[in-house]
Amino acid sequence: MGIRLKKRTIMPGFGLSLGVTLFYLCLIVLIPLSAAALKASSLTWHEFWHVVASPRAMASYRLSFGGSLIGATVNLVFGILVAWVLVRYSFPGIRLLDSLVDLPFALPTAVAGISLTAIFAPNGWLGKPLASMGIHVAYTRLGVVIALTFIGLPFVVRTVQPVLEDLDKELEEAAASLGAGRLQTFTRVLLPTILPAAITGFTMAFARAVGEYGSVIFIAGNMPMRTEITPLLIVTKLQEYDYAGATAIAMAMLAVSLALLLPINMLQRWAGSRREKEFLREPELGVGLKPVYGHGEGR
Amino acid sequence: MSSSALPRIGIAPGIRATSKATSEPAFVRRLLIGIALLFLALFLFLPLGVVFYTALGDGVRIYLQTFRDPDTVSAIRLTLLAAGIAVPLNMVFGVAAAWAIGKFEFVGKSLLITLIDLPFSVSPVVSGLIYVLLFGLQGSLGPWLIAHNIRVIFAVPGIVLATIFVTFPFVARELLPMVQAQGNDEEEAALTLGASGWQTFFRVTLPNVKWALIYGVILCNARAMGEFGAVSVVSGHIRGLTDTMPLHIEVLYNDYRFTAAFAVASLLALLALMTLVVKSAVEWKSQQPAKRAASDGEMSA
Repeated sequence: MGIRLKKRTIMPGFGLSLGVTLFYLCLIVLIPLSAAALKASSLTWHEFWHVVASPRAMASYRLSFGGSLIGATVNLVFGILVAWVLVRYSFPGIRLLDSLVDLPFALPTAVAGISLTAIFAPNGWLGKPLASMGIHVAYTRLGVVIALTFIGLPFVVRTVQPVLEDLDKELEEAAASLGAGRLQTFTRVLLPTILPAAITGFTMAFARAVGEYGSVIFIAGNMPMRTEITPLLIVTKLQEYDYAGATAIAMAMLAVSLALLLPINMLQRWAGSRREKEFLREPELGVGLKPVYGHGEGR
Repeated sequence: MSSSALPRIGIAPGIRATSKATSEPAFVRRLLIGIALLFLALFLFLPLGVVFYTALGDGVRIYLQTFRDPDTVSAIRLTLLAAGIAVPLNMVFGVAAAWAIGKFEFVGKSLLITLIDLPFSVSPVVSGLIYVLLFGLQGSLGPWLIAHNIRVIFAVPGIVLATIFVTFPFVARELLPMVQAQGNDEEEAALTLGASGWQTFFRVTLPNVKWALIYGVILCNARAMGEFGAVSVVSGHIRGLTDTMPLHIEVLYNDYRFTAAFAVASLLALLALMTLVVKSAVEWKSQQPAKRAASDGEMSA
């Protein structure tokens, strides 16, 4: 009959709502974005490469991406732990703790930046004892990693929590009745179930940390080639009115983030679908019961 | 819970085995709780503590004096102005987007959703950069703006625009799942009963999603007042003119005026805590109808 672009419905207001939405999007997002793309294309490939691959830029990528990777990994491990504790255990104050987990999300980045610096500065609450042991945190790469870890803290916890809450105790009971120890049950039954959600959280924490500015620049020291993060490099170039250079590095940062996130997303979709396929293979007789017609024991 | 506390007679052995099978030994439990608490103490309690400890470190009088400093006052005023413009505009956008995406099926929906999520996937610095590229001296509109003597970058309009950009997804993102979950049934019923479009919207849709809307607005506001990176790029840091509260914190901190910096920070920290309180309240409230429905179901069964 003809291609229908929109399903028929009696609901009113499509034109108005879509119109407002598109108008706003164009004004706020699309027009500025195209200006950026235009500016980026004003550089020749050679100039682009010269800026993007300069030693100073490379050093900043190593710090931003490397530090974010470490921070996201720490959050992966401890996020699963915290989610487990919040869902499975109870103790006085657990509700309060649960709400506080969102603090890095809600706290302005500048506030986080100066607080972390105050804590880890050589005369700070933790900085002083650490300095006496020879560990310097503020104004070093370790400080950057700590700030990047702080930023990503809620992500893994919040993506794993719902999965843990929805988990059926039957799985664990079945595993235990088949002779698995508690650790075995955790690593072979529970962990694979929560892993896709945890990796989602890891990805979100990583993406957030790579672009982070406010929380990091106070504790970082900001020395080029040593403790300068990529967003700071962009700001520095802007202050020198090197718009093209700043845009080039921003584009490079976006490209590398995409290159890193795409395989992670695919990995996670593969992990999620693999689990689905395994569940689909066994007919729904309930956990622990094998079909009468003699399936094999192994998978 | 020691398993020997359960009486041996009269209770099937399976029950004891179950509770032992699905819980860890007590010391493992305490160890895990301890590690989790230590981790959270380091990253959550310490930063909060240091903000209020340093802010009030010189006494309450010095703390309050910070807010009489004219530059601080104008920073607070600029923050409130930017949030006061950004939040209502984003709320209107969020409602419109949630209605268009949640109530209709059309081609290009996922592209639209991706575009709306865009500010979340770019660094705040890049968000500011985009506006500088458009409105700055060397930008696309730069010469036109100079000719008409309009200042956007390094002036208040730029700050408001950057704030709008980084916060516009919040309301839409909170509303959309809610609107999608509600479906069209109630609205269609209202329409068949003769309600107009606007009546349906205000009296059927809005009350259903009010908690998601409130939470989205609160989040949007918190981010609008706390935004640092994007505003830092477009503002030019002109003290008393284009400094918002987060930028002013940076200025005070770099001047070694730590007490004042943390005093202003404490205001924003209080805002963050209030955001968390509202979030818990909204979650609790939105679970109430579900619990009521469940108990109603039990009673009618």
